[in-house]
Amino acid sequence: MNPIKIIVCAKQVPDPEAPANLVEIDSDTKMVKIKGLPPGINSYDQNAIEAALKIKEKTGAKVTVVSVGSKLSQSILRKALAVGVDDLVLVDDSDFKDLDSRSTADVLSKAIEKIGEYDLVFTGRQASDWDSGQTGLILGEMLGIPIVNLVGGVTIEDRSVSVKRMIPGGYERVKGDMPVLLTISNEVGEMRVPSLRTVLESRKRPIEVWQSDDLKIDTQELNPFEILALTSPPNMERECSFIEGDSPEERGENLAMTLKKAFLKNN
Amino acid sequence: MSKKSNKDVWIYGEVTDGELDVKTLELLTMGKKLAIDLDEELAIVLMGDNLDPVAQDLAGFGPDKIYKVESPLLNRFNGEIWVDVLEKLFKELKPRVFLASQSFVGIEVAPRLAFRLDCEIITDCIDLKIDPDDGSLIKTKAIYGGNVVATFKQKGATQMATVREKANKLAERGAELGKIIDIKPDIDESIVKIQSLEVVREDVVALNKADVIISGGRGIGGIEGFEELATLVPLFKESFANVIIGASRPAIDSGWISSNRQIGLTGEMVAPDFYIAVGISGAIQHIAGMSKSKTVVAINKDEDSNIFNLADYGVVGDYREILPAFKKKWGGV
Ligand SMILES: Cc1cc2nc3c(=O)[nH]c(=O)nc-3n(C[C@H](O)[C@H](O)[C@H](O)COP(=O)(O)OP(=O)(O)OC[C@H]3O[C@@H](n4cnc5c(N)ncnc54)[C@H](O)[C@@H]3O)c2cc1C
Repeated sequence: MNPIKIIVCAKQVPDPEAPANLVEIDSDTKMVKIKGLPPGINSYDQNAIEAALKIKEKTGAKVTVVSVGSKLSQSILRKALAVGVDDLVLVDDSDFKDLDSRSTADVLSKAIEKIGEYDLVFTGRQASDWDSGQTGLILGEMLGIPIVNLVGGVTIEDRSVSVKRMIPGGYERVKGDMPVLLTISNEVGEMRVPSLRTVLESRKRPIEVWQSDDLKIDTQELNPFEILALTSPPNMERECSFIEGDSPEERGENLAMTLKKAFLKNN
Repeated sequence: MSKKSNKDVWIYGEVTDGELDVKTLELLTMGKKLAIDLDEELAIVLMGDNLDPVAQDLAGFGPDKIYKVESPLLNRFNGEIWVDVLEKLFKELKPRVFLASQSFVGIEVAPRLAFRLDCEIITDCIDLKIDPDDGSLIKTKAIYGGNVVATFKQKGATQMATVREKANKLAERGAELGKIIDIKPDIDESIVKIQSLEVVREDVVALNKADVIISGGRGIGGIEGFEELATLVPLFKESFANVIIGASRPAIDSGWISSNRQIGLTGEMVAPDFYIAVGISGAIQHIAGMSKSKTVVAINKDEDSNIFNLADYGVVGDYREILPAFKKKWGGV
């Protein structure tokens, strides 16, 4: 049997846990900058890579990661190779900055077409910059293949896919034939940590770098998000009164008294 | 966009196990406001099986119409069928605005439907307004986890959005009764490529109904930590009816507690009377889910932790030392 071919779509994003004071909003150019912290692979896309690698371990699947963006960092995306991904394709073009979900899906679908055959397409359930959660779903629609959203686990039996799909209060087991697109959630587990040796090796591996021309994309047809305004959120900070006490135990006791009073007032 | 072709505001009414989801009542408030601004009608779309009780009840909350889309094939949510049924309905009836909750159903159906209708959509909106110039929607959402707020305007004959929970008040009952319109969809079962094998209910918790939430984060350190938090529940139940354990995402990723208890951007949005955060640092994605709590108490061993900037009461220290003393004292106060 031919190996299963998995394509994982992974986005480069700014550090999602950057503290608010490092987030810079330029309301004129309508751009957000995160100062002084390196970007990374979107966390749900890391989960998607992990899900693919688990299938690779069991079935010998071939895993290709494809990333669309502008000014992509090779050193960051090569981490995918270091953890065990077979091929890396970067679709990097200055016209791909802040594309909306549909345009991103459009570029991804063309890249996937060029990559060729596939059995499974994985995306993260959402990206931590626009928090939109649409690209995977639209990509599935464009490719015309079945979609399972919010996937917490995947196993392969023959040519069919058994999926744990997260639902409120639990999960649903569903099954389908390949090809299928899955949007992956954190329940599949965190991406494995590469060893120093594989990190060094991954730096020397060949990768594909494509531009819009290579995919015959007319960049005039792509849309960035149509933003009217970018602002800071309303201030959510509160005045914290710290519970006094010389030891943690004493502070614990004082918290009990303070909370009892607060509860009574509330009721 | 022409004002003639598409008309009315539709909201998606979410029904789970025969019960209306409360998020729909929040959506109704938003939908009503938009319908008034447009001077058009407000309709609720319900999909499922045996929807009569829900439809009759909802009719009292002031929609002009309820489209009751019923079929035995709609007894449980299936993305393929849902999108197909809605696509046909939209092509026939052409709503101007469509809103769904940012919930399990809404987050899948709305983007897929938008794509099929060649419309655009913004998910997880915290505010919506009608642009008086052209009747389109001005959509506001938090991006970068909540560190930035963005306002968008999009193309599409149907203006679409999903709406975040707790961004609107619950609708109230009105005097007028909405008209219920029965729709029997024509469903081609052969479009279903994904078969459901079983549904497993692990841990059904109504975090959005909690009066008190005690949440543990990575700093809890393990399952024993959550067991320790659970010993607080009976103490607080002396004063409140619904006391529930919640969690941050790392606690779930570590397998210490079920993912149904996750609070935050990709979990539940909550606003209890008391939110007690133990071993949680206050990352923006967590705050997104709890910042509307009335009173926030934080226990964290790092005095510089961001969670203290969001708390009304803070205790610095190791929760393992703080909580036993807390419990002992509680009985005696
Ligand atoms: C797109 C996206 C969506 C996300 N959605 C969510 C979401 O919905 N909900 C969510 O919670 N997160 C979400 N996250 C993750 C989020 O960014 C943070 O990683 C997470 O909230 C951090 O959880 P934490 O505070 O428990 O862990 P940490 O940030 O590691 O904080 C642990 C804290 O515990 C304290 N501590 C350690 N030991 C003790 C002790 N013995 N006693 C007292 N305190 C102690 C430490 O001082 C520290 O402050 C999301 C991330 C992304 C990128």
